[in-house]
Amino acid sequence: MSGPPVAGQPVEGQPVAGPSVAGVRVAVVENALAEYLLRLGDDRLVLGHRNSEWCGHGPILEEDIALANIALDLIGHANSLLSLAGEIEGKARDADALAYFRDGVAYRNALIVELPTGDFGFTIVRQFLFDAYSVLLWNELANCAHAGLAAIAAKCLKEDKYHLRHSSEWVVRLGDGTEESHRRAQQSVNELWRYTGELFDRDGVDDALASQGVAVDMAALASRWRTMVDDVMSRATLTVPADAVMMRGGRRGRHTEHLGHMLSEMQIVARSHPGATW
Amino acid sequence: MLGEVMDPEVPVISVVELGVVRDIAINGNDVHVTLTPTYSGCPAMHEIEADIRSALMRAGAGAVVVKTVFAPAWTTDWIGPEAREKLRAYGIAPPGMAEQGGLLTLTRRRASVVCPHCGSSDTRLQSEFGSTACKAIHVCRSCREPFDEFKAI
Repeated sequence: MSGPPVAGQPVEGQPVAGPSVAGVRVAVVENALAEYLLRLGDDRLVLGHRNSEWCGHGPILEEDIALANIALDLIGHANSLLSLAGEIEGKARDADALAYFRDGVAYRNALIVELPTGDFGFTIVRQFLFDAYSVLLWNELANCAHAGLAAIAAKCLKEDKYHLRHSSEWVVRLGDGTEESHRRAQQSVNELWRYTGELFDRDGVDDALASQGVAVDMAALASRWRTMVDDVMSRATLTVPADAVMMRGGRRGRHTEHLGHMLSEMQIVARSHPGATW
Repeated sequence: MLGEVMDPEVPVISVVELGVVRDIAINGNDVHVTLTPTYSGCPAMHEIEADIRSALMRAGAGAVVVKTVFAPAWTTDWIGPEAREKLRAYGIAPPGMAEQGGLLTLTRRRASVVCPHCGSSDTRLQSEFGSTACKAIHVCRSCREPFDEFKAI
């Protein structure tokens, strides 16, 4: 890991709103793309790890297998994204270095994915809210100007569509199921809703990427997401809360207390035995 | 040559039939192989790469350089009719055609998958996810046997 930030130097992984002087401008844009890829990769790594916590604990065998498979896909997506992030960053960090040797403050995932798994309903509702966002985002990024990212997006889109089908059907089954499953699903929607706004935030990183043709119209994406979510929620007889105050901070490394605990478990083996192979 | 390197999880079809070998270039004694992953997180991809390396080294390649590409994204539509028949004979229902449909397919009615054991169409989906990333589990109502389906993607 690098040491504390030096005065005048950008903090590791932070986007720099630098002056557009020749030479500097290129570095700024490169950082923005690496930063964007970290956000995409970290979302999937953290959610993949959370889902993997269900392995051996699923409520039924089929869902145990499903969550493990979805976790595997998401960690695979993270691997592709973090590899590309490391390449573009140019500091000789591969996907493993980025996954295992960054502390929580250097993680760029949205807060929604780091919340503890909760019960099965919470896991499924979160997966659905994220899948809907992810599928819509990949659908846009598959046509972006960066060939490497577009290729990953097209591939992830196929797999995430399958996840979305699974999670959306489960949301309907739980919401429109028994009194107990409805109550728990509704409670999960209520708890998770305030973490959904961050997924559609736009900041300097997005602005810097716009000039490279990697811009996604997040307002339009949010609107399409809301239509999709409303459709499923109404079939599930679930109610979306009236606009809540949205929690944010993950994209800048300000996380909930939960991420550190998760990372300590996820990173312990790699940090205890650096470079170990088996 | 690579037609003899089998998928480690489905050992009746080769990595070529599976569609993961996208290109081969021979440069003197060296062989450059371009691969594309099936599923992003499929652990068998490491195995496949290692198997390809050792098969080419055994055949006398000087060096084997493996490159991974993501585009065009792998699809089960690349699995040809012969390989599909091998899957069926092995007890795995071959994939249907990959859908191009909408992003959210909540109300879609699924076509029933034909049982690879008895040929009946009276089957039901037991689990959307199976023993590997590429498979789902069905049960036949006619012969009562469970079977794997190679998912269309």
